[in-house]
Amino acid sequence: MRAPDPMAEIRASFFVECEELLESLQDGLTAMEGGASDSETINVCFRAVHSIKGGAGAFGLDDLVRFAHRYETVMDEMRAGRLSADAEAMRLFFRAADVLFDLVRAARDGTSLDEADIEATLSELEGLTGGSPKPEGEAEAVEFTPMTLSLDLPGLDISPDEAAAAPGWDISFKPERELFVTGNEPRHLLAALSEVGPLETRCDTSAVPPLWDLDPEENYLSWSMRLAADVDRERVAEIFDFVDGVCRLDISRCSSDVAGATACADRLSPDPTSARPDPEPEPATVPIAEPSAPTPVAAAGQTSPAPASPPEEPAKPKQTVRVDLDRIDRMVNLVGELVINQAMLTQSVAEMGIPANSPVSHGLEEFMQLTRDIQDSVMMIRAQPVKSLFQRMARIVREASASVDKRVRLVTDGEATEVDKTVIERLSDPLTHMVRNAVDHGLESRDKRVAAGKPDEGVVRLSAAHRSGRVIIEVSDDGAGINRPKVKQIAEEKGLIASGLQLSDSEIDNLLFLPGFSTASKVSDLSGRGVGMDVVRSSIQSLGGRIAISSEPGRGTTLQISLPLTLAVLDGMVVRVAGETIVVPLGSIVETLTLAGSEIRHLGPRTSVIHIRDSFVPLLDLGAELGYRTPLGQYDSSVVLLIAKEDGSRSALIVDEIQEQRQVVIKGLQESYGHVPGIAAATILGDGQVALILDPVDLMARASGATRAAADLTIIPGREPSAEESLHAG
Amino acid sequence: MSEQGHIDPTEQELLSFRVGEQEYSVDIMSVREIRGWTRATPLPHSAAHVRGVINLRGTVLPIIDLARQLGIPVAEPTERNVIIVVHVHDQTLGLLVDAVSDILSIPQGDMQPPPDMAEDASHGFIKALTIIEGRMLRILDLDAVQPGHETEAA
Repeated sequence: MRAPDPMAEIRASFFVECEELLESLQDGLTAMEGGASDSETINVCFRAVHSIKGGAGAFGLDDLVRFAHRYETVMDEMRAGRLSADAEAMRLFFRAADVLFDLVRAARDGTSLDEADIEATLSELEGLTGGSPKPEGEAEAVEFTPMTLSLDLPGLDISPDEAAAAPGWDISFKPERELFVTGNEPRHLLAALSEVGPLETRCDTSAVPPLWDLDPEENYLSWSMRLAADVDRERVAEIFDFVDGVCRLDISRCSSDVAGATACADRLSPDPTSARPDPEPEPATVPIAEPSAPTPVAAAGQTSPAPASPPEEPAKPKQTVRVDLDRIDRMVNLVGELVINQAMLTQSVAEMGIPANSPVSHGLEEFMQLTRDIQDSVMMIRAQPVKSLFQRMARIVREASASVDKRVRLVTDGEATEVDKTVIERLSDPLTHMVRNAVDHGLESRDKRVAAGKPDEGVVRLSAAHRSGRVIIEVSDDGAGINRPKVKQIAEEKGLIASGLQLSDSEIDNLLFLPGFSTASKVSDLSGRGVGMDVVRSSIQSLGGRIAISSEPGRGTTLQISLPLTLAVLDGMVVRVAGETIVVPLGSIVETLTLAGSEIRHLGPRTSVIHIRDSFVPLLDLGAELGYRTPLGQYDSSVVLLIAKEDGSRSALIVDEIQEQRQVVIKGLQESYGHVPGIAAATILGDGQVALILDPVDLMARASGATRAAADLTIIPGREPSAEESLHAG
Repeated sequence: MSEQGHIDPTEQELLSFRVGEQEYSVDIMSVREIRGWTRATPLPHSAAHVRGVINLRGTVLPIIDLARQLGIPVAEPTERNVIIVVHVHDQTLGLLVDAVSDILSIPQGDMQPPPDMAEDASHGFIKALTIIEGRMLRILDLDAVQPGHETEAA
């Protein structure tokens, strides 16, 4: 079955399904690694691989089928309890999952992979079962015979039992009435079967009634066939995929083993009525083969046949619709407009002096509520858990640790944390880099770890959490921490900083973000090619995020990314300063207060601090920091917003007036204008005016702290650019 | 507005406008709309000729004060000022001018490159010069007035 154009869409959806299946495979493997050795977990993995194989077969993706088949064969050994999920097996299972992932990608993109690599993985994987004992119980062997058989791969080490069996299949096929109703035609199926190999067909007409009793829409014919082809069972079964459930089908190996033959036959759903036995709670899913049955092994055999799902049907927990991202984006924009429009309406109603208890006001209030609900729902469409991203990182860790010969365990936390889809996509590259760095530079070599009295296995921790309206993603390792003297020395050698500077620990740590910095004394495969943390930082910043680094000698290093939850809306506090309206993100505001003149202490010649709750907080005049005015110098009874960075450091922002608290739609400035220091984005307020959204952390980082005009500095008043001169002079 | 019913391919249609006492023009194909002046929200640490941003039906539009950029002394803008919304290289921006005057068709051959006078503030912003009805008309180089073009003040 080649894939002509009309198939492209089906094919595309197969690959999307593959992604989901690969994800559940990863999940299963992770659970198994964590000690979950119950049969259901193994079954989940098995089913995922099996479904990929089934789908791949339908599209003629032979490489993928071959690999998936051999993979599931080994996995089946584990399912049968003949192979234990020890560390080595899990390592190989993960590696095989990675290869499977690559194969799916390769099949999708039409590229090819290095056969040798695949073969190496397979042979290692199959090495696991090479020495496994012969199957014990007959029933067991029977149930799994079709899976373990792999006669299309000569030279493969398989149980002698099956190898001895005669090649070929006995197929008995009786179409049900529904088969014809659904437009299928047995002739095509038989023809397809004959393409597989020499086929002996015998039609059983004994059931045909006399003409007067004959129902023209009923089928009375059945066929028994013998296929003399050395193929695996799936190859035969897939021909009948589309008629699954609407026919009686028995496929059995031509063998003297009668018990085996009948048992094999039970694999595919034999009867449409029994194929849908108990309605499952999720109506969207088809009853699943060998489902939660904890004892599929024992149940198999001559007794109750387990209904099987067609291989293409993945076990999906929820029904989903795939939507073009552009459409969602358009909707997000429209909702944004709606929010602005609603704000304008509210404002004009207020200006008309309509009383608050009038029907118009009530209606408007409901309208507001609805708008907000719509907005939340639309945002939720775009949100995705970070899990897929974390799974990709698990692979990075495996590959990175193998190439530098370190044993690394990845611990993830908060996988369910939801983040805007675009953020997730654009986070992949920087996060990959950070994780590689953690493995390569963060963790010490095994000898050094042991010498330091640490376990020889290093831990890289990846966590995600929502915190004060932002998403915090952390990558940390339990390595040696940043070698600060060395970092400083390298920075000096490379001329990145002047030598002999006195730098604080955090200043040294931040040197890592300088362009062209690399600490590894030797360049490894993984990292240290000069494109380093500066690239990571700029990509995080382009997402409106920030990155911070902290390290403790001997204990490890933590990189923290803080990102906005969504790139579309923001809860903000609307303030007035120097005649302008500014929105301050609510998440960054700790508290608001009114200053008493006595609380202000002068620090430097131009800077001041306030003493609040036993700590000194720098005082920043927002109007002056933005270059809108010169420092007022007199802040008695001013309104102050206490803002905090992720690391807990605080600043007090002086504003003229707090107006209201509201949700605003973020309008990027980056595309239309470029980066504005201290400003994250813009928004449109109810009066139709553009207001700027503050980036408090950026502002704090750039702040001059000037709260008093120094007499010796010439400050040109107003909003002329020269005002910034005074800012940077501080 | 052109009297001719067809467009001569060798002619370029220009929108001419006034900045102070000077007459400038831009290629009409890059003009999206013309609107009245509304107060712009100033951007911190921006260059003097960047007036700020305004709301153009939901998008944030940067406004360039051409008079300031070209070094032409003018009074503060009033409601009688005009913003020409132009589209250059996938970027939309507003040009603050004093008034829009006319739409003109100028044969390509009548346009001359400006003489090199590095001293002048408008140097680098004029793509070509032409004479129309005895007046000199400057054709603005839109690439040069894009905000990303010159180095940011910050």
